[in-house]
Amino acid sequence: MKILVAVKRVVDYNVKVRPKSDGTDVDLANVKMSINPFCEIAVEEAVRLKEKGTATEIVAVSVGPQQSQEQLRTALALGADRAILVNSDEALEPLAIAKCLKAVCDSESPDIVLMGKQAIDGDNNQTGQMLAALLGCGQGTFASELVVDGDKLKVTREVDGGLQTVGLNLPAVVTSDLRLNEPRYASLPNIMKAKRKPLDTTTPADLSVDITPRVSLLGVELPAQRQAGIKVDDVAMLVDKLKNEAKVI
Amino acid sequence: MSILIIAEHDNSSLKPATLNSVTAAQEIGGDIDILVAGNGCQAAGDQAAQVAGISKVFIADDAAYNNALAENVAPLIAEVGASYSHILATATTTAKNIMPRAAALLDVQAISEISAVVSADTFKRPIYAGNVIATVQSSDAIKLLTVRGTAFDAAAAEGGSAAIEAVGSAHNGGISEFVGEEVAASDRPELTAAKIVISGGRGMANGENFEMLYSLADKLGAAVGASRAAVDAGFVPNDMQVGQTGKIVAPDLYIAVGISGAIQHLAGMKDSKVIVAINKDEEAPIFSVADYGLVADLFTALPEIDSEV
Repeated sequence: MKILVAVKRVVDYNVKVRPKSDGTDVDLANVKMSINPFCEIAVEEAVRLKEKGTATEIVAVSVGPQQSQEQLRTALALGADRAILVNSDEALEPLAIAKCLKAVCDSESPDIVLMGKQAIDGDNNQTGQMLAALLGCGQGTFASELVVDGDKLKVTREVDGGLQTVGLNLPAVVTSDLRLNEPRYASLPNIMKAKRKPLDTTTPADLSVDITPRVSLLGVELPAQRQAGIKVDDVAMLVDKLKNEAKVI
Repeated sequence: MSILIIAEHDNSSLKPATLNSVTAAQEIGGDIDILVAGNGCQAAGDQAAQVAGISKVFIADDAAYNNALAENVAPLIAEVGASYSHILATATTTAKNIMPRAAALLDVQAISEISAVVSADTFKRPIYAGNVIATVQSSDAIKLLTVRGTAFDAAAAEGGSAAIEAVGSAHNGGISEFVGEEVAASDRPELTAAKIVISGGRGMANGENFEMLYSLADKLGAAVGASRAAVDAGFVPNDMQVGQTGKIVAPDLYIAVGISGAIQHLAGMKDSKVIVAINKDEEAPIFSVADYGLVADLFTALPEIDSEV
């Protein structure tokens, strides 16, 4: 069984981004970049499937700028076998990324595509669903558990009311939620080994994908800031304020 | 302008979340129709027809649409929605699962979780866990949007009398099936609809201690939520998580107990009208957004509150 795992280079989750002074976009100059946390969980799940003997090969893919090679090397250090970079220096929308991934799937024919449920930059939560639509295959989004059962996949999904389990024919797309697993740290020998694993580069044009943007960013701003209120002395004062000042209980 | 809203429902009733999309649609302006796709969903369709300001309700009633499998519902949305200028759904996990799939079938770039309508093609939405608000303009012929429920008031559930039509051929991809679900049964209000929400964090120390929150919640008619830390630690199930990747809530009163206030948690509750924080660490970031902060040990404060209200 072959697994394709998609990863995205994003601002590190510890960084608090701010708008540029002219408000045209967020300021990403000299900001630490990392692999998207949800994608890291997807890579870990792929590696576990290989360790269990279910998967035989893991191909990591990223669609993005040249520097995304760093995140692909991270995926290789965690256990992916080889990597493909679809290089584009334009900011790509989820639909364009899904189309690039579809083209890669057409040549790689994976049984399972694993990816994060959303990237923590755009917070779109779209690419996996779009890829599944383009491939005409099933989707297990927001996955907290994944079980391969013959030629079927059972995916437990985190939904508003609790958990839902779906059965999917293969091939299928699975997007990881936070509790699918806890990713390991790459060991130093594995980081060294990852440098020698194959990493191929292609482009959206090579894949005949039209990446023309459909949505334009007109500007960014800080959200309305909340003012800190007061500290109350004790429970009696708190309950009094809630009853008589805020009138919410 | 013609707007199609995808109903959130459980076949027997229309979920209130649908009404937030109706308000967003009214801000865009134009004829508003609702699509109810389900199995035995006539009752939900009848309720949708009562919503004020709706022209038509389309009911797609077929076994294929049971449990809202994205593989079957997305092609229906793409078929019915193709003639509309806008397709909207409130950003529940059901809509987040289905809408991007429908967008790809229509070859349009969806816009997720809009928090404001600027014009018919321009919208605001939070990015970077709500740290920044982006204004985006769509050039697609069909604007396919999900709507952040807390950003739009619920429209009136009654007062309308829309025409009801059966619609759509049955799409059954045969590539996915519903296996089962574990739904938390509770008499308390839904987190996203409750007027009061009490959430516990890592400071609760274990799942048993959440009983103190349940007890207080039942007195106040509140829902109980949790921080990601509390869910990750296994104190409570995932459906209680409030935050950027969990549920977004904006009740009249939000009480954060033993929650430090990580950015991703604040993103899920900072639009609440009144915020109370109870934490023994007076430096906790949660106090910077709280209207009333109580620096105290929650294990002594909670029983006192319980006896005072």
